[in-house]
Amino acid sequence: MARYIVRRVLWGVALLVIVTAVVFILFYVLPTADPAKLRAGRTANPQLVQQIREQLHLDDPIYVQFWNYLKGVFFHFDFGESYLSQAPVKDIIFHRLPATALLVVGAVILWLAIAIPVGIISAVRRRSLMDRTTMVTSLAFISAPVFWLGLVALYLFASDVGVIPIFPGQGSYTTADSFLAKCGSMLLPWMVLAAATAAIYARYLRSSMIDTLAEDYIRTARAKGLPERQVIMKHAVRAAITPIVTLLGLDIGLLLAGNAILTESVFVIPGVGQEIVLSIRRSDLPMIQGIVLFGAFFIVIFNLIVDILYAFLDPRVRYQ
Amino acid sequence: MSATGHLLEVEDLRVHFDTDDGVVKAVDGLSFTVEPGKTLGIVGESGSGKSVANMTILGLTRAANAEITGRITFEDQDLVAADDAGLQRVRGNDIAMIFQDPLTSLHPFYKVGSQMVEAIQAHRDSSDAEARERCIELLKLVGIPDAERRFGEYPHEFSGGMRQRAMIAMALTNDPKLLIADEPTTALDVTIQAQILRLIDRLQEELGMSVIMITHDLGVIAEVADDVLVMYGGRAVEAGSLDEIFYDPQHPYTWGLLGSLTRTDRPRSADRLSQIAGQPPSLIAPPQGCHFRPRCPHAFDRCTETPGLDARSGSRSHLDRCWLGGEQKRELRVGPEGEIGLAERKEPVATPTGES
Repeated sequence: MARYIVRRVLWGVALLVIVTAVVFILFYVLPTADPAKLRAGRTANPQLVQQIREQLHLDDPIYVQFWNYLKGVFFHFDFGESYLSQAPVKDIIFHRLPATALLVVGAVILWLAIAIPVGIISAVRRRSLMDRTTMVTSLAFISAPVFWLGLVALYLFASDVGVIPIFPGQGSYTTADSFLAKCGSMLLPWMVLAAATAAIYARYLRSSMIDTLAEDYIRTARAKGLPERQVIMKHAVRAAITPIVTLLGLDIGLLLAGNAILTESVFVIPGVGQEIVLSIRRSDLPMIQGIVLFGAFFIVIFNLIVDILYAFLDPRVRYQ
Repeated sequence: MSATGHLLEVEDLRVHFDTDDGVVKAVDGLSFTVEPGKTLGIVGESGSGKSVANMTILGLTRAANAEITGRITFEDQDLVAADDAGLQRVRGNDIAMIFQDPLTSLHPFYKVGSQMVEAIQAHRDSSDAEARERCIELLKLVGIPDAERRFGEYPHEFSGGMRQRAMIAMALTNDPKLLIADEPTTALDVTIQAQILRLIDRLQEELGMSVIMITHDLGVIAEVADDVLVMYGGRAVEAGSLDEIFYDPQHPYTWGLLGSLTRTDRPRSADRLSQIAGQPPSLIAPPQGCHFRPRCPHAFDRCTETPGLDARSGSRSHLDRCWLGGEQKRELRVGPEGEIGLAERKEPVATPTGES
């Protein structure tokens, strides 16, 4: 088990180096605006641009820049400074992270709280009215784009523009002054972000449960005379929920990496997703680099957590 | 035991499933009895309804699309009419069941011991320590070495034969009066098969329980059964004692089964194993009359009429569903070298109706 974890961690580090290299190459190979020129402003003369270029080490060969960057990240946990604001990239990301984390954590809790019971009940009561209704509804939520769903939610429920003004609306996160107020401002984003995912998870769990209920060991559990409740909740759910863990690990990693970008944009939440849009628009390489690396880090970490959890959930994995 | 002296009495059992393709008559008018302390062997090919019938005894075929009629009397209780709670009290308690594939039949995520303890605690208030002790005792009884350690292991750490032993131990936890074994040796190595059969035989004797042994293999039947029920197309085609079925078989399908047995005591006649030509009947649109008629080389006009399961051979306990006369049967079932078998059909076998 320990060897397994060490191997996975080493793989994760290698992956992070590769991701860094890919972003570096992309940035240099693909034509983007010259960061030095951007920095110099409208009235810049060639000397100033050259001076800035030297200052940012943009005139070094790409491999030297890459090496210096790797050294900074892996030995000093230094991600460099933003070309534009000159603030450390690390600080900017850490400043942005809480909003994204709050959005993701709340949404995850909400979608699991909806998807797990719905998935189980529709599998057990297959073809019932309840099953059909929830499955059609979930299809609708999966099909609806997040930004559209977000706008509709705002028009319906936002306290400023909504038809039924019951939830804080756009931009309320920035003005919220307490943790509770921040959570309140997240209510609509949570629901919007959770809707599609809850629908996917419910359908996934339903089909996983249906497969599990057809397993021989479920028949054995019934043949033993266990109460049906125990057959479902202990024997079937335990096996059916395992694949959901994989899905969940990937999704949390992706969302923390900036995949909540649309929700953040619609509700004007100052999270990581918003920052990456700004950085790309401004050709701010250190920022893009930093955010991508952080994102990759989250994905690697959550994959690792999933692998370890899996070994605990499924005893067969432990002995391989 | 019921007033009639049988431990279990199945009367005119029908299990029909409503599917998109039509109504599948998996079991269509099945009657048999199980006597206390005896082993009933049920033999038939896949789709003959033998598993469905036995799962129905425990109510395991109950589903929204299943229509179950008839009577299954176990100790004066009708299991067809019983509610879910009543069935649950019987399952794993008075009647236990073991299945074909012991690997898929055990939950992969739970330890063998905890799956056994669960079976005990489903039926009686037993402390974990008491239950554990009982389970280890049973694991020893079924011949699992180092039972204390094995108790805490997962199914995938057991070999195939050990898994089936553990399944048997789990079935015995509540001292069942009837053990239904659904092809318990089919998924096992040949060498292990004999061990498991001997184990079941020994346990039956020691514990005095009744056994229903479901199999497609007459060799297994010969090893363990007292009475035999031959099933075909959802019905019993012949029923009798072990000797009656092996030495005086009445139904052409039974002849075919006997003919396809590998015999080591005779020279091989046609340098290949004999087989029964044709396909098992469709359960959605079975042939009219005798279900075996399309594959039977001896079929004649009357076979389009369904024969009842009656005593025709002179013995009161020996029943069959075949219109042929007693003299005819004795003549037709014997091959050129004196062995029992089903003659080859002269004209090609018609495709059963309802099958594409």
